[in-house]
Amino acid sequence: MAGAYARLVNSPVGTRLAGQLGLPRPVPLRRYAVGEPLVHGAVLLGGPEPAVLGARVGELLAREGVVVVGEVAEAVGGRVAAVVADLGAVERPGDLDVLRAVVAPALSSLQPSGRVVVLGRSPGQAREVAQAAARRALEGITRSIGKELRSGATANLVLVDDGAEGNLDATVRFLLSGRSAYVDGQVVRVGTGTPVQPDDWTRPLSGKVAVVTGAARGIGAAIARVLARDGATVVCVDLPEAGDSLAGTANVVGGTALQLDVTAADAGRRILDHARRRHGGLDIVVHNAGITRDRLLANLDDSRWRSVLEVNLGSILRMNEVLLGDDGIRDGGHLVLVSSIAGIAGNRGQVNYAASKAGVIGVVDALSVDERLRARGITVNAVAPGFIETEMTAKVPFATREAGRLLNSLNQGGLPVDVAETIAWLSQDANAGVTGNVVRVCGQSLLGA
Amino acid sequence: MAPSSQPRRAAVIGGNRIPFARANGTYAKAFNQDMLTAALDGLVARFGLAGESLGEVAAGAVLKHSRDFNLTRESVLGSSLAATTPAYDVQQACGTGLEATVLVANKVALRQVDSAVAGGADTASDAPIAVSEGLRETLLALNRARTAGQRAKALARIRPAHLVPDVPRNVEPRTGLSMGEHMAQTAARWAVSRLAQDELAAASHRNLAAAYERGFFDDLVTPFAGLSRDENLRPDSSVEKLARLKPVFGKGEGATMTAGNSTPLTDGASVVLLSSDEWAAERGLPVLAYVVDAQTAAVDYVTGQEGLLMAPAYALPRLLERHGMKLQDFELVEIHEAFASTVLCTLAAWESEDFCRTRLGLEAPIGELDRSRLNVNGSSLAAGHPFAATGGRIVASLAKMLHEKGTGARGLISICAAGGQGVMAILEAA
Ligand SMILES: NC(=O)c1ccc[n+]([C@@H]2O[C@H](COP(=O)([O-])OP(=O)(O)OC[C@H]3O[C@@H](n4cnc5c(N)ncnc54)[C@H](O)[C@@H]3O)[C@@H](O)[C@H]2O)c1
Repeated sequence: MAGAYARLVNSPVGTRLAGQLGLPRPVPLRRYAVGEPLVHGAVLLGGPEPAVLGARVGELLAREGVVVVGEVAEAVGGRVAAVVADLGAVERPGDLDVLRAVVAPALSSLQPSGRVVVLGRSPGQAREVAQAAARRALEGITRSIGKELRSGATANLVLVDDGAEGNLDATVRFLLSGRSAYVDGQVVRVGTGTPVQPDDWTRPLSGKVAVVTGAARGIGAAIARVLARDGATVVCVDLPEAGDSLAGTANVVGGTALQLDVTAADAGRRILDHARRRHGGLDIVVHNAGITRDRLLANLDDSRWRSVLEVNLGSILRMNEVLLGDDGIRDGGHLVLVSSIAGIAGNRGQVNYAASKAGVIGVVDALSVDERLRARGITVNAVAPGFIETEMTAKVPFATREAGRLLNSLNQGGLPVDVAETIAWLSQDANAGVTGNVVRVCGQSLLGA
Repeated sequence: MAPSSQPRRAAVIGGNRIPFARANGTYAKAFNQDMLTAALDGLVARFGLAGESLGEVAAGAVLKHSRDFNLTRESVLGSSLAATTPAYDVQQACGTGLEATVLVANKVALRQVDSAVAGGADTASDAPIAVSEGLRETLLALNRARTAGQRAKALARIRPAHLVPDVPRNVEPRTGLSMGEHMAQTAARWAVSRLAQDELAAASHRNLAAAYERGFFDDLVTPFAGLSRDENLRPDSSVEKLARLKPVFGKGEGATMTAGNSTPLTDGASVVLLSSDEWAAERGLPVLAYVVDAQTAAVDYVTGQEGLLMAPAYALPRLLERHGMKLQDFELVEIHEAFASTVLCTLAAWESEDFCRTRLGLEAPIGELDRSRLNVNGSSLAAGHPFAATGGRIVASLAKMLHEKGTGARGLISICAAGGQGVMAILEAA
């Protein structure tokens, strides 16, 4: 995780220097381990009445045994682990002022890796222009808070559709917990749907069958591990050439290895047959396999152009025809695609890659409003990782790599597990209200922000 | 017998091997245990068996270090299988892998186990090197010595010649002839042509390469040490190229056996998963084939009465008789290509009325085999032949090929082994 810069500023000399110069100091992020509480301390909960969403969160926190306070002073030691501000009631920009009153005093009392979670209503469903403006303003507020926070703390916004108040829990849990370590400055939209709460929140994917492509190494291997830890049986897919590492992943997670090239014409059929035959069905599909073949557009040859589009996008479209067919993924299942911030912001030398990763977002947009899939309760979301420490990014030139690590609010690269945790959350039945979202796992990267 | 102790069918669920490497090639530094463990782990991953306790694992190696006295059990302990999976070593020269398969299939059939793995590993790169007999005797005397005087006396017996190590050679201890030399004699006896051998070798490479291209091995092979296809495979091999090679076995004009139509020394490992129908069904594992029967045979090659690698020719009629079958009834036949001439001599023997009558005691010859059924996805000439690993390679591949043919299709496996032995088995598609 530690890049050259992180090692320097965390060395004794570097610490002093960084302090004097006001340089950013990456801190180890709070990450989830099985059995960890949602937060390690009190949660400050506030917002103007009627705080319908806040009340819902209050119940959740009470069930989890988390101390809820209305003011920092009430918290032990004057420190809070998180601030949850319900701004669902804002009618016009003038109402936003409350947020200043609730959140501002708490920011300096936030623990390391603290959380700011702002709850709001969807601007698209506003009755009046002023209300839409006020609702949308929350995004600017939350993203700016994210940039002001230090020491691994994050700020995210949850927008709740009308009638979806009951679907909030899984998302709030995720954002408060260490699972969302590298998710910062994001907006999650919670819609209607029929969430099913797990019996055991330490195994939210219990009894589910998941397929992860590109599972031999990197982010894919981490996804397989996290899905398995959360209770799923995982079919690990990767190229035959990567079979030995793939076997390693499959054996660690107690799943099965399926060696295949996702670009093969029958890839979807083989995945589905394997999942049904061996594991009785399919609930979760994670399209993670991906490649980069970087060149400036002027030098981009046919094979680099085509292979990237084929692996990162074409194969997904083809596999989906089978996987989302009537005998494919079960009703109430989840499809998660792996995009990239390059697909949002574009990137020099990555025209092909950015095309494929933006295309992935297009797939999510289209599928999430597909009537047939909606009727079957299948959610479709994407994660867009920023700079994640893997073999893929180890190939990036040094300066670009150091910049990638630093140009974000958390001043460090993310880990494969951070992407995996986000995907696992998007794979929960408890999260059935979240579809059509593209959640960046980028530490609030400045790229494409 | 109580109903529950009736024999049952032993199912072949699938297999796994690592790509085979040429000796002193990619696996030069790998031990048998590394390779067997890797083959096991790939199998475990393919069938989702991590942490499972299997009935047993039986495997072996032909070239074995003394430290590998418990090779298979040590490999199991190093694998992702439960440590409660028993294991033992089996050895029957090149027949090891197939013999191990027959062994565990019989145990499944007799309900002694519900699931089992058979396999083998061999490395010609990491061959055990023994000290010379003279040095060994001296060292043993030294070990027995009690006084300083006795020790000095023992050490004084060491001679420079003692320090030349004994490297295992591919020779028959009773004749001093290498396997290749033995085979050359048989090839000459059956007048097998150079061209026929080169054609068989080229076909082996062509078929194996095509099988890889088709993805046939995607669920049979797991890469190891950076190798994802057999190192010996030459997709561009041709009769013309093979014709240019100089003979390495046999003498003078009649010498036909080259490095191209003989199997090279190879490193590798393979394993096969077998079980009862119930065990497979409980895990949603499709059955590829069943082990129908097996037969071993041995010949007297020492007196020169029969060729060293001709034993399978003798095993076949016994199998055919038991099942009321003809050779031509098999939809697929796998004859291990120790040398191209081994396959051709065996086929020639079966076609020979004289051989079948005088040697096999048959009234009519076994007859010709439709060559389009022979080694259709390549065999040892292309893949290589890490002795104990060949049986597992063939069983798993044939089971899959039969499965592709459809229920009831039968296949025959023939493997010759050092010491004048042969192992044969019949599989039938599930
Ligand atoms: N690492 C990052 O910073 C980052 C950032 C944004 C997005 N991503 C995306 O995350 C995903 C995983 O990236 P990673 O960093 O772990 O990369 P990686 O190269 O370490 O792993 C990718 C895996 O996909 C497999 N794969 C490639 N082509 C395949 C094919 N045709 N069929 C089956 N498997 C195939 C590879 O063998 C490999 O195991 C990719 O989609 C990538 O674009 C990564």
